[in-house]
Formats: sequence, structure tokens, C-alpha cells
Amino acid sequence: MPFSISLTVNGVSRNVELDDPRVTLLDLLRERLDLPGTKKGCDRGQCGACTVLVDGRRVNSCLALALSHDGAEITTIEGVAQGDELHPVQAAFIAHDAFQCGFCTPGQIMSAIGLINEGQAGDDPERIREAMSGNLCRCAAYVGIVDAVIEAQKRLADAGRREAA
Amino acid sequence: MKTFDYVRPATIAEAVAASAAPGAAYLASGTNLLDLMKVGAARPDRLIDITHIAGLDHIDWLADGGVRIGALVRNADLAHDPAFVRAYPAVAEALLSGASAQLRNAATGGGNLLQRTRCAYFGDPASACNKREPGSGCDALGGENRLHAVLGWSPSCIAVHPSDFCVPLVALDAVAEIEGRAGRREIPLESLYCLPGDAPQRETVLEPGDLIVALRLADPTAFARHARYLKLRERTSYAFAVVSAAAALAMEEGRIRQARLALGGVAAKPWRARAAEDILAGARPGETIFRRAAEAALADARPSGDNAYKIELARRIIVRALTLAAAGTPQRLPALPASPFSSAPGARHAA
Repeated sequence: MPFSISLTVNGVSRNVELDDPRVTLLDLLRERLDLPGTKKGCDRGQCGACTVLVDGRRVNSCLALALSHDGAEITTIEGVAQGDELHPVQAAFIAHDAFQCGFCTPGQIMSAIGLINEGQAGDDPERIREAMSGNLCRCAAYVGIVDAVIEAQKRLADAGRREAA
Repeated sequence: MKTFDYVRPATIAEAVAASAAPGAAYLASGTNLLDLMKVGAARPDRLIDITHIAGLDHIDWLADGGVRIGALVRNADLAHDPAFVRAYPAVAEALLSGASAQLRNAATGGGNLLQRTRCAYFGDPASACNKREPGSGCDALGGENRLHAVLGWSPSCIAVHPSDFCVPLVALDAVAEIEGRAGRREIPLESLYCLPGDAPQRETVLEPGDLIVALRLADPTAFARHARYLKLRERTSYAFAVVSAAAALAMEEGRIRQARLALGGVAAKPWRARAAEDILAGARPGETIFRRAAEAALADARPSGDNAYKIELARRIIVRALTLAAAGTPQRLPALPASPFSSAPGARHAA
């Protein structure tokens, strides 16, 4: 029996017919919606490579059933830049050399965006390390990642203050 | 993954009715269930997706001073709710010490209560496991079992309940509200769980069709100012407990009027240590009485394999948790929630 769901992905409404209930949100994005930026690492919620935002919150898309996300708003790595202008977190990852092979990077960046939205860690490196512990980097670019999150967090906070003023 | 029938009820009554189909299982966020389905350790015929039922994600403060937490409140939302953190700091600390930020954003309170053991043999269909397949045996006995139970285990199963959240909940007498085929009822969380005995496949007293709809906690005033959750794990973050302890003290004129203590990572259920609480009641806080309480809490413990070390580790984490609770709940949750390596006044760093 086919299942029909509709969701918003990177600002675009998508109606999807699923012929199988087992499809995860990760496989939906990669295999059906042609958005392979979100990576499949462990497929068990342990590595964080599949991190996306669901209704603005970072989650592991490998442990999310696509059918259950009928009506949800999804943001992937393909949806964070504004045209050619990188998202401040993307720019900070480049500035701080926060990756080597790059496989975990989309998940790291989505997780960092989620973390900054949550507003719990501020610029405390210890809290950032703890809040990013769901994202593994086998190349161990962690020092650069923490620096990138601190800088992006500051840039976004400054931009927010300018907007409020 | 075995395929399944998928239904999405709009109300609790529809969900309970849908559970009459054979092999039905409720699906909340699925962070544990989908994982087990992928490896073949869970094989439901029907998933009843309860995440679209309205009203199960509220945190309601009650007239009696307590709180009612809807079963679908996400772990992160509860742990970051300012009023909840003030009222039940050890519960918030336990939540934030569990899993990763991504998982806490998805995982629900009700799902946390019913998460399955992380025993590697349970999660591996090629291994013998009496819990997954009754009568097949237990490969954990004589296997890799340094993280397994030291209290309440039986030769049929030595697995532990992995939850952090449940440990302070049991210490604080949380109650689960259950909707079942015969209507609504309440079960103290401590009584929800079964010890393995000779039927480890029966993990809770829930009947087919039962749905946890909420958790309730009593007025927090007595315990909020002296409460901690401490957790030892094999890495600093994103790991299950080797052993953990929730300690909450009601202090009066320098004495412990009443103590609450529970352990995690030691048994098939969150383990309330009532004998230890009785020793602490009326005493002045101090290392000698804390050590006596710890001895009492582990009096019946015995190793189930290569895990005798957990017994002494549990005693020491109890002493540490009581010491920190007596020193007072920190103003702000530590950067590394529940870590014994966080620096805090009154902490002993030689566990």
C-alpha cells in the first residue's frame, strides 16, 4: 500500500509517495529527493553524519521514520547557504580548517547550526564540546570545529544585535 | 528490516484500539525502536505512530505543587525548561547526561522509560538471548559482561536498564499514567519494571495495548536544593552509565531529614536504595555515614561476570553523589552534566 506524505525541504514543498514504510528520513533525502549532502555514516545514531534540522532542531535523520515526518519542515546542508553566500557556520568551518576528509562536515555544520539556535553553550569551549559530542570526526578536526562554532556563534549574535538595533 | 503495517492514530483511544492487532508496537520518536528493527532485534508487524496525537507533549504544573509531563515531551525540552530545572535539577542533569544533543531533541520521556537494554547480545540476533528469544540461553553469561548487572540478576539474564532519566525519577517517587484497554491507571515508576527471574522477556508490568501517556512528580520543594545525579562512563560524553547515582536530600538544621537514593547501570531496573535512605535519615551529612549508606545499598550485590569492580564503583559514586548533594545543587548545571570530573565545591576527586 503506498503512503503519501508532504513535507517542506529547504523551503520547498514536496509531496512524496512512498511504496515502503521502512524508509528513513535520511534515505528519503538521499535516495528519493536527490539531496545527497546529508551523509550516511553508521546509520544507527552514533556518528551524527546524518544530522539535519527538523522544525529547526537538529536530529539524526537515520533514526527518523520518513512517514512519521508528514508535515515537517526539514533543513539540510543544501539549504543553508543564501545563493553564493555561505552560512556563517560554513564560512567559519573553512576559516578554521575544521575538516579534513569532509565526510562528517555536513552533519557537523547542521549540528553546529542547531546548537547555536539552542543557545545553551554560548562561547564556552567545554559546553560546545559536550553539545557536539553526537558528531564524530574520524580525522579528529575537533579543535578547529570548536573554534569555528565559537566564531560563528559570535558572528550570528553580532548580526542579531545589529538587526535588533 | 522486516516490513510492517503503519498506522497513525489521532487520539489515544484510536491508538489503544489499533494495538489489538498481533505484533503491534507503539512508535514515538523511534530512536531506540528503529535501531533495533534495523538489526533485527525488534520485529513488529505493525507500528502505531503516536507522535501525531495532540496534547501528549505538555508540561503542566499541578495545584499540589507537582508536575505532569506528557509522554511525548522531548528529552531536551524537559531538560531545558527553566521551571523544571529549578524544581527537579537532578532529573534535568540526568537527561542532559544521556545520549547526544540530536537524540535528546528527538527522544521522548515515555520512550526513555521503555527503552531496551544495550546488552550487545540482546542486540545481536545471532546470539542466544532469553530476553529476545525466551529459552535460547544467555551468551552474556561467560561473554563480554563487564558492564552487566550486579543486583537483581538471574542466571537467565544479566542485562541492565540503560536509562539515566529513570534513576532520579525512581528516587523521587515518579508515577506513570497508563492508558490501557480497561481505561486509565497509575503505576509508581519503581513498580513498572520487572526483575528478570526466569522470564526476562517480561520487562515491565504493562499489558498488551498499554500506552504510557504521562509521568507525574510530586512537589519538589523538599529536595530541590540538595540534589545531584552522577554518572561514570567509559568516555566523557555520549555513553551509557557504567554506574550512576541520583541523590536528593531534604536538609533541616544541618541534618538530613529525609534522603532519596537510586542507582543506574546496576540492574534490570533503576534501583532504589531504601536501606541506605533509612541509614541517612536524621544523620548529619559526612563521609562516614555516606559510606555506611553505600555499603547498605550494595549489600546484596554480586558480580554476574567480569564486573565485580562495579560494586565498589557504585559505592564510591554513592558517596560522591551524596557529598555533592549535601554541598548543594549548583546554580547552573555543570558543563559536563553528571560528570564526576567536573570541579565543584565539596567534590572529592579520588573516586
